[in-house]
Amino acid sequence: MLELRGAGFGYSPQNWVFKDLSFSVPPGTVTAVLGPNGSGKTTLVRCAAGMLAVQEGAVRRSETAGYVPQARGSTFGYPALDMVVMGRARHIGVFRSPGSRDRAAALRAMDRVGIAALAGRLFPTLSGGEQQLVLIARAIAGGSRLLVLDEPSTGLDLKNQVRVLQLLRELVRTGMSLLVSTHHPDHALFLADSVVLMGAAGVVTGPAGPLLADAQLSALYGVRVSTLNYDDEGTPRRTVVTPFGADEG
Amino acid sequence: MLREAQPLTTGPPGGRGPGLRQVIGPCLLSGAVLAAVSAVAFGSGRYSVPLDHVVQILASRIVPFGPGLPAAEENVVLLVRLPRVLLALLVGGALAIGGAALQAVFRNPLVSPEVIGVSSGASFGGALALLLGLGPVALVGGSFGFGLLALGIVFLITSGRGGAHILMVVLGGIVTASFFSALVALVTYLADPFTTLPAIVFWLLGSVSTATWAKVLVALIPIAAGGVVLLALRWRINVLSLGDDDATALGLRPRPLRWAVLAAVALMVAGAVAVSGVISWVGLVIPHLARMWVGPDHRVLLPVSFLLGGAYLIAIDTIARTATAGEIPLGVLTALIGAPVFFVLLRRNRERIWDGA
Repeated sequence: MLELRGAGFGYSPQNWVFKDLSFSVPPGTVTAVLGPNGSGKTTLVRCAAGMLAVQEGAVRRSETAGYVPQARGSTFGYPALDMVVMGRARHIGVFRSPGSRDRAAALRAMDRVGIAALAGRLFPTLSGGEQQLVLIARAIAGGSRLLVLDEPSTGLDLKNQVRVLQLLRELVRTGMSLLVSTHHPDHALFLADSVVLMGAAGVVTGPAGPLLADAQLSALYGVRVSTLNYDDEGTPRRTVVTPFGADEG
Repeated sequence: MLREAQPLTTGPPGGRGPGLRQVIGPCLLSGAVLAAVSAVAFGSGRYSVPLDHVVQILASRIVPFGPGLPAAEENVVLLVRLPRVLLALLVGGALAIGGAALQAVFRNPLVSPEVIGVSSGASFGGALALLLGLGPVALVGGSFGFGLLALGIVFLITSGRGGAHILMVVLGGIVTASFFSALVALVTYLADPFTTLPAIVFWLLGSVSTATWAKVLVALIPIAAGGVVLLALRWRINVLSLGDDDATALGLRPRPLRWAVLAAVALMVAGAVAVSGVISWVGLVIPHLARMWVGPDHRVLLPVSFLLGGAYLIAIDTIARTATAGEIPLGVLTALIGAPVFFVLLRRNRERIWDGA
């Protein structure tokens, strides 16, 4: 459970990234954060995860959030398992090293994410999608039921995007709560119960269905956006397209 | 659904075994290298001592056995070479483990103990003591005090707004280092060219030739204190090496942790400079070499770096005192050997060095 009440954050006074923002992420639900580049999505998820402190209002978390940053490779070539074990850091004393219980928790998390076979591979040699999955496993290994993910599908190819989205859906089914920032409204349509739209005119929050509609999305991104219904093996879904306009001549 | 989420590429299953065995193997091996190098160092020199005599002399300190050996051999090994080997071990080990820790917290392969300004501060303190003719206690105390002062200045530079950034720490170190280098230049300019100047210049070149049991003790205290802190933090250093963002996300507070590592390294480096002057390149070359061998896990890398750094400096020191009739300054040899070795390593392992593959 995550709750923001009247939260505000700015990198300088009078220049708020967001102000008086309230929403909550109940257990077993997903809230997606959408907005154009530079709208403050990353700032918001970092505040929600406790990486940044809000200057106004309050952020309440029922437990420490597991934060999943964007995968950017790493300086040192640790094996994937060692990376996931580092998710246990908050449970391991300052002068101590992880023990067999921490390793077991890490292996369980990797199994749950479906990457147990990557345990011995060096993190920098993994593909972007695999690195993202390792980082998700690392957050799960920390034992938190609340995950905050910063653009988990950015930079991944289509197959890995599907893989990550299906994994996140599976995690929610087991009762975890997720706050996810994304550049893809269609990913929000697939995943989210609620959305936070960070536009130039201010931040709008509410249930995903009504807010992920043509007018709201077009206003948010400043470009024409249309939602389309389609049939996904019997499940009705919606996706988005950005019409380019008629060809000339 | 998780069935679909199979890895795109398969790797060796299971991964690595529990930490302990992984740590002990490389440590034993580098310990054996250290022992072999030391045995050669004890025996060689102007007065050479056969290997079996070396072993007997050292062992009979604990359990007396075997026939009596010439008193001269005992004196050479116990009074001349043992403190010298121990001092080279402490200094080389301190510089190497310090370099390995710094490279981790700055996530930068070009970082060495010189970068955070501590070496320059310590060399100014020592040079000042020599200029004023204050004797060996002041030499050690001055190096030590100014080494820590340099760290304090870096801390002040970075303690303001925005100072948390790693780049600020590196810049602060560079600023501090060049400031103290200027002061060292001033000291050498002021020094009497016939008496104190040569003493200062030779001290700055770096050497363990004046090793005594007292110096070993002086170096041992700060180096052991700093080393214990680094080894205790070995796994935390792994987490810190992912970067501040990841460390924060994993529930650590990276800033105090980084300062703890920096202070421990400063203590060790100041102790090393105080007894041996400025010996460069060890803190850069040895951690790279060790990382290529055992990978980046600091639970293994830190102890192995210490042992290999010690072995390396003992070997270099043995060459320095046996290659010619005189003594080649250590700092000159470490640079002459270190720079080309580093060049070859970089050429041959351009991508692999950093991955530890």
